Amino acid sequence: MNRAAASHEADGGPLISATSDRDVLAEAAGLTVGYGGVAAIEDVSFRVSRGDRIALLGPNGGGKTTLLRSITGEADRISGSLRVSASWATVPQTERSRLDYPVSALDVAMMGSLASLPWWRQPGRRERAAALQALERVGMVKLAGATFGELSAGQRQRVLIARGLVQDAGLLLLDEPFTGLDASSSDRLETLIGALATEERGILIATHDLEQARRWDLVVCLNRRQIAFGPPGEVLDLAVLEATYGGAIVAIPDSGGLGILPPHHHHQS
Amino acid sequence: MIGPFSDPVMQRALVEVTLVGVCGGALGCWVIFYGLSYASESLAHGLFPGLVAAALLGLPLVLGAGVGLVAAALAVAVASRVPGVGRNVAVAVVVTSLFGLGVLLALSPASPPGIQALLFGDVLGANDADLALSGALALGIVGALWLLHGRLLAVGFDRDFARSLGVSAAAADAAVLTLLAGAILVGVQGMGNLLVVAVLIGPAATARQLSSRMAPMMLLSVAVAALAGAAGLCLSYYAGTAAGASIAAALVAAYLASAFGRRSRLPITVEEVP
Repeated sequence: MNRAAASHEADGGPLISATSDRDVLAEAAGLTVGYGGVAAIEDVSFRVSRGDRIALLGPNGGGKTTLLRSITGEADRISGSLRVSASWATVPQTERSRLDYPVSALDVAMMGSLASLPWWRQPGRRERAAALQALERVGMVKLAGATFGELSAGQRQRVLIARGLVQDAGLLLLDEPFTGLDASSSDRLETLIGALATEERGILIATHDLEQARRWDLVVCLNRRQIAFGPPGEVLDLAVLEATYGGAIVAIPDSGGLGILPPHHHHQS
Repeated sequence: MIGPFSDPVMQRALVEVTLVGVCGGALGCWVIFYGLSYASESLAHGLFPGLVAAALLGLPLVLGAGVGLVAAALAVAVASRVPGVGRNVAVAVVVTSLFGLGVLLALSPASPPGIQALLFGDVLGANDADLALSGALALGIVGALWLLHGRLLAVGFDRDFARSLGVSAAAADAAVLTLLAGAILVGVQGMGNLLVVAVLIGPAATARQLSSRMAPMMLLSVAVAALAGAAGLCLSYYAGTAAGASIAAALVAAYLASAFGRRSRLPITVEEVP
């Protein structure tokens, strides 16, 4: 799975330093966004650089999805600034996509190629090959012909990531991709996210899993406003977690760390 | 089967129902997945005053239907902007008003006989000019669906993601609605104001039961529509029933057969690849 990343490094890797402007995929400063003029999250300042895995932490309704939507333009910027300098691809919660839709995994991956085609062109042999390659990359090539809606939640997530790879998006926006996944699917997805980050993509992941977030590069803590932004080791202390999650913090005896009470998930099917 | 279709009237009717089937069958799949079933019924009924006016003035029915469609679409657009009125309510109010207006016109003493053909269609009355126009519209609709296939598929699947591809969901909606208007124009002559919806929804609903990919579903839907059209014509020829209603009945029978057939099929499972 790391083959592509390894070959990239063998080519010499990025020549630009990590703080260079060219490496910044998205940057927000004092950003307030919302819907219909009503603020949903306030005062957000963060920076996504190439290779960053950034966890968006916060309670339900805290603004994780809204932050992702500010990048896609679905949420309105009310004040502050937001600069998005890379192409982006969303990996929505698959309950939101149509499971009765008549498409195969390959069809879905191939949709990513539309970005580079003029409106009158249909995806052809080249686009098909690119889609198969992306499915191979996410370990789904054997199920390329399966109906999307009949795949497991974890498999659907990987197909949607493949769609983003076909699109060659620099910025991947994953909205609670681990929700509803079993442990092995979860591990696979996390490994894949790590591999994609080494390919110089920036990855924003809305998540409820604090331990997972600790393993990534940066965290944004949100609760209607930005509580903190920075490396998890520096940022995730008790004060920040209490401000993010309110009173729902518990100490985990074995690890000596802190955890949050399981949030209410809204499963739709 | 050769029997009924040795008659030129029946031959033209067969061409007509096949053209209607190609448009309705192919486009119907998009109508279903874009949630436009109600819109298609509304558009078909809303254009009724246009049809009646064309009949009263002795103008081509397709012209009247076209003007009626545009008027209905504009009226819906205006009505849904009234504050506090939902889109569905606006559509319902506009469509029932227009349909009522059409019936008033149709039942006035001045109106010629044959108004009933406007409501239920007159597939046996198609002349060569009607067929040429239907053929041109059908060609345009199929061509547009071919060109737009990838984009329509992406928008129908995931509207939010379509934005990131630079595909406008609003443009895709507008394209499907425009093509829908075209398909109604093709179908309204033969199937009439009330039954044209059957050709738009019936074949697609049938094909959806039997196929899990868009392109095969569209082909199957066209086949169902064309076969039901021919079957309906035969039924009408031998049993003396109204042609449009016979076609609608054949479509309903096809749908019921597919729905029961599907229930007996085993569910498909996908194995997890390690």
